[in-house]
Amino acid sequence: MLELDFFLTVAAILFGIGIYGVVTSRNVVRVLMSIELLLNAVNLNFIAFSNFLDSGSIRGQVFSVFVITVAAAEAAVGLAIVLSIYRNRSTIDMESFNLLKW
Amino acid sequence: MQLSEGVQLVSFGILSAMAIGFALGVVLLPSIVYSAFMLGGVFMSMAGLYLLLNADFVAAAQVLIYVGAVNVLILFAIMLVNRKQEFEPLKFGWLRNGLTAAVCGGVVYLLSSVAFGTNWALKPIEQISSVVVIGGQFFSNYLLPFEVASILLLMALIGAIVIARREYITELPNQPEDVEFALLERPRPTISSATSLSEGE
Repeated sequence: MLELDFFLTVAAILFGIGIYGVVTSRNVVRVLMSIELLLNAVNLNFIAFSNFLDSGSIRGQVFSVFVITVAAAEAAVGLAIVLSIYRNRSTIDMESFNLLKW
Repeated sequence: MQLSEGVQLVSFGILSAMAIGFALGVVLLPSIVYSAFMLGGVFMSMAGLYLLLNADFVAAAQVLIYVGAVNVLILFAIMLVNRKQEFEPLKFGWLRNGLTAAVCGGVVYLLSSVAFGTNWALKPIEQISSVVVIGGQFFSNYLLPFEVASILLLMALIGAIVIARREYITELPNQPEDVEFALLERPRPTISSATSLSEGE
């Protein structure tokens, strides 16, 4: 029988992989992809909880739809920023984006 | 969901193994194009997991929005910023990767121990039509966030265009005949030219 714990564990593993990607990637686009992984892990948690704890009025699914909306907006603006930075500095290395470093 | 329990368990195993494997591919593959396609695989297997959790509307939205829009957007961004670039190795790069892997493993262990150690207030699963219930929630309890989400999408649309557009020169003074028409980009100060200017002075 499927249980809540299995889904939460899969979401935790995906979240860990996403954090690893965000921190260690050198390519900016890969960092954005890892952020999408993080948001997907959170969505899986939302839907698992809404199915197992709140299946009458599925509020978790409503929240996951909002998360999907915000993720789409974030991807569009993030990729526009990446494009703009690439035009100015002509590199995609995360380590060379140190304009705000003291 | 009308599947038997064994079928549900087996498909959960396959889908979660696919999701985790594709996610590892996203993070670890050296080619960025391959990892974009792996990201599409992650999204598809997440949609399958949502179907197992009786969330058919969200599964359809996931396929439409993530695979259809976000993944294609990422592929276009890869195409636009595609630059074969060898990243010069960092000092203590291996140490940073190892530390990050250790911290992420700790986070995964912590989260899964919480997931297995807590007594969740489980309720029996009711069979409802999720589309009807989600629509009712959108237009009763969550009306304000629903409307704000539309404004957010509009802001993201305009903001992305404003950030990513180039400025073209529209007026061409004393233009010679039979000039080849092309959109001339208005030159703007970049970081490299600014630094070279300041060094020149």
